[in-house]
Amino acid sequence: MPYLPESKQKVKFYQTGTFTVGNRLLEDDQRSVQATIDRSNSLDSGHRACQGCGEALGARFAIDAAMRATNNQLIAANATGCLEVFTTPYPETAWSIPWIHSLFGNASAVASGIAAALKVKGRDEVRVIAQGGDGGTTDIGLGCLSGTFDRNDDVLYICYNNQAYMNTGVQRSSATPAAARTATTMPVGKQPGNAFNTGKSVPLIAIAHQIPYVATASVHDLHDLELKVTKAMQIHGARYIEIFVPCPLGWGSIPGDTIKVARYAVESGMYPLLEGEYGEITAVTKIRKQVPVAEYLKLQKRFAHVFKPANAHQLAELEGIAARNIKRFDLLSREANANE
Amino acid sequence: MLKQIEGSQAVAEAVALCRPEVISAYPITPQTHIVEDLGHMVKSGKISPCEFLLVESEFGALSACIGSSAAGARSYTATSSQGILFMMEAVYNASGMGLPIVMTVGNRAIGAPINIWNDWSDSMSARDAGWIQLFVESNQQAVDVHIQAFKLAEELSMPVMVCMDGFILTHSYSQVDIPTQADVDGFLPPFQPRQVLDPAAPLSMGAMVGPEAFTEVRYLAHHKQREALNLIPQQAAEFERVMGRDSGGLLKEFECAGQDTVVVTMGSVIGTMKEVLSDMRDQGHSIGALTLRSFRPFPIEAVREALKDAKRVIVFEKSLAVGMGGILANDVRMATRDLNLKVHSVIGGLGGRPITRANLRRMFEKGLNDQLHNIHFHDIRIDVVNRELEREKAQRDSGSIAENILHDVGVVAAAKTI
Repeated sequence: MPYLPESKQKVKFYQTGTFTVGNRLLEDDQRSVQATIDRSNSLDSGHRACQGCGEALGARFAIDAAMRATNNQLIAANATGCLEVFTTPYPETAWSIPWIHSLFGNASAVASGIAAALKVKGRDEVRVIAQGGDGGTTDIGLGCLSGTFDRNDDVLYICYNNQAYMNTGVQRSSATPAAARTATTMPVGKQPGNAFNTGKSVPLIAIAHQIPYVATASVHDLHDLELKVTKAMQIHGARYIEIFVPCPLGWGSIPGDTIKVARYAVESGMYPLLEGEYGEITAVTKIRKQVPVAEYLKLQKRFAHVFKPANAHQLAELEGIAARNIKRFDLLSREANANE
Repeated sequence: MLKQIEGSQAVAEAVALCRPEVISAYPITPQTHIVEDLGHMVKSGKISPCEFLLVESEFGALSACIGSSAAGARSYTATSSQGILFMMEAVYNASGMGLPIVMTVGNRAIGAPINIWNDWSDSMSARDAGWIQLFVESNQQAVDVHIQAFKLAEELSMPVMVCMDGFILTHSYSQVDIPTQADVDGFLPPFQPRQVLDPAAPLSMGAMVGPEAFTEVRYLAHHKQREALNLIPQQAAEFERVMGRDSGGLLKEFECAGQDTVVVTMGSVIGTMKEVLSDMRDQGHSIGALTLRSFRPFPIEAVREALKDAKRVIVFEKSLAVGMGGILANDVRMATRDLNLKVHSVIGGLGGRPITRANLRRMFEKGLNDQLHNIHFHDIRIDVVNRELEREKAQRDSGSIAENILHDVGVVAAAKTI
């Protein structure tokens, strides 16, 4: 299907059955933080994120939700990366919360230190968030992150997962999916794109640490994201939330499609939404209408090569990954199962 | 109060008296006893309130201190050797953000080949990182300097490293006078940060700075270290008034004025040297010593002043800039460049090689007889070196240098003679 440029896309306002346009139908206390006049605007406008940046959207919703949950008593430690760079070259800052950037790989340790200081000073009301991209979390920051989990420090770590090192120009990380094109996994050779059977799931690694709360979320379901952040802030101890945040620049998707790409990732089974507590998976978000994996991949140039006849096996293998996720986490709803 | 205790234990007691609020700890020999003792004191409630973080690495240890210090807590950690290399990114970051963390370095060699014994390669590797580096000569001085380190760090908003020779000081028992809590409280006021992470007054710390301001930011780091050249002696004098004990200031002279030859060094080796030099002076030689307590900032003017009448300087250091020579020696040369001085760079004690009165005396006598090279490797077995060079010349796959040499000189060689 030829893809329409953003300006030609049809804008549809109908009730989809999710909370996407249904906020006004909800009770006040269930409405999005962004719908309230007293939202904190923790990540304010004027920053330098790209058009359609999933990370900027995810961070805004996550931090504002955390601010509401903590009565605006929040400190954030940020890893080096897009989020750090597009929000804060001195003397400007898009953050209206106390915020510190130290290094690429130590955001969780810095946050642990802040939490320790607050504990000593008896500032129990002030809570701490660490945040970073997937590179700063799944690769260079994993040692410190594991330490924070291990000690069960009172820190919520949020990973904005856009599946590669975007700030340095789209290089592969250990969160890059199989077959994806990055600057270091080019679509050439016998196995174009990122190798299969590589990478790691930090949400499952976090669950293995038996910490009080782990969740994955996505920017296509911001209400769910807010609920998970709110829930996390009501718990003490180490918590981990990974948010799926499409990167139009790195993925070769249309900026206006960020929400759609994120939704298709979840509804195709490529990115399962789950929650875990104390070592067990406790909830999954069911897929009501399964989206074919190809429909998800087609929205992104980083997967263009898998549609070449010579690479048909790659498409099949990616479909296999989604099928395994669906089976492993029991992702299909009853109605989706009935449709099969 | 006088106590007969281990150096590490003395340091732990000194740190405890400073009322640290966050301590992060990761084990590495030879600093481990310090954090073990501190952990004991935190857990038993002797230090309170205090959070003791058992981190997963030295990188995590200093990073946690970065967070806790930025949140306004007095923060401490300790490390050695490979540990300081592993945390190096955070070492630069802590000073760049002006966080007054105090860190003890139990000085130890850096591998490969892995070696747990004392030299100064570890803290020397961080000499340009923007931390103040104070070297101590005794466990008493280690106690006194740690207490001053917190005050100095917090006054300047700059981290301080207290460097003490691993094992030689950290693991040796000696008589140490531990100050009272009241005296330390009188000397060291509570920590008042220049900026702090607090929801009551949000600010952004650690953001990016471009070419338009970076030079000035770096210059100010340098400027503050130069300010420390005034502050260190002032605080040492204040400490002496309160505690009744001299703890060194920027540097300390031992019969240095008016001597033709002056030995310059740092750390604990001055203890052995003082005995040798005293004997030599008794026998009519004109030789004294100067020991630096502050290596960063380097007291250029004070060193020049102390050496202005000397004719020959022997710089003895437990560090080597491979491919260049002495590190301390180069700084001394810089300080004395307009004096008509012969500066010998002597490198010794690497990886814990014993520095004895006998071998020091031989080396000093060589110096007095103009037999020292510009760069002199103290107590080196050149026959062993030459044998290895011959092996390498003879065969391409000559193997590990370290292993080959141990076949020649270690227990294997000794066994061969039985």
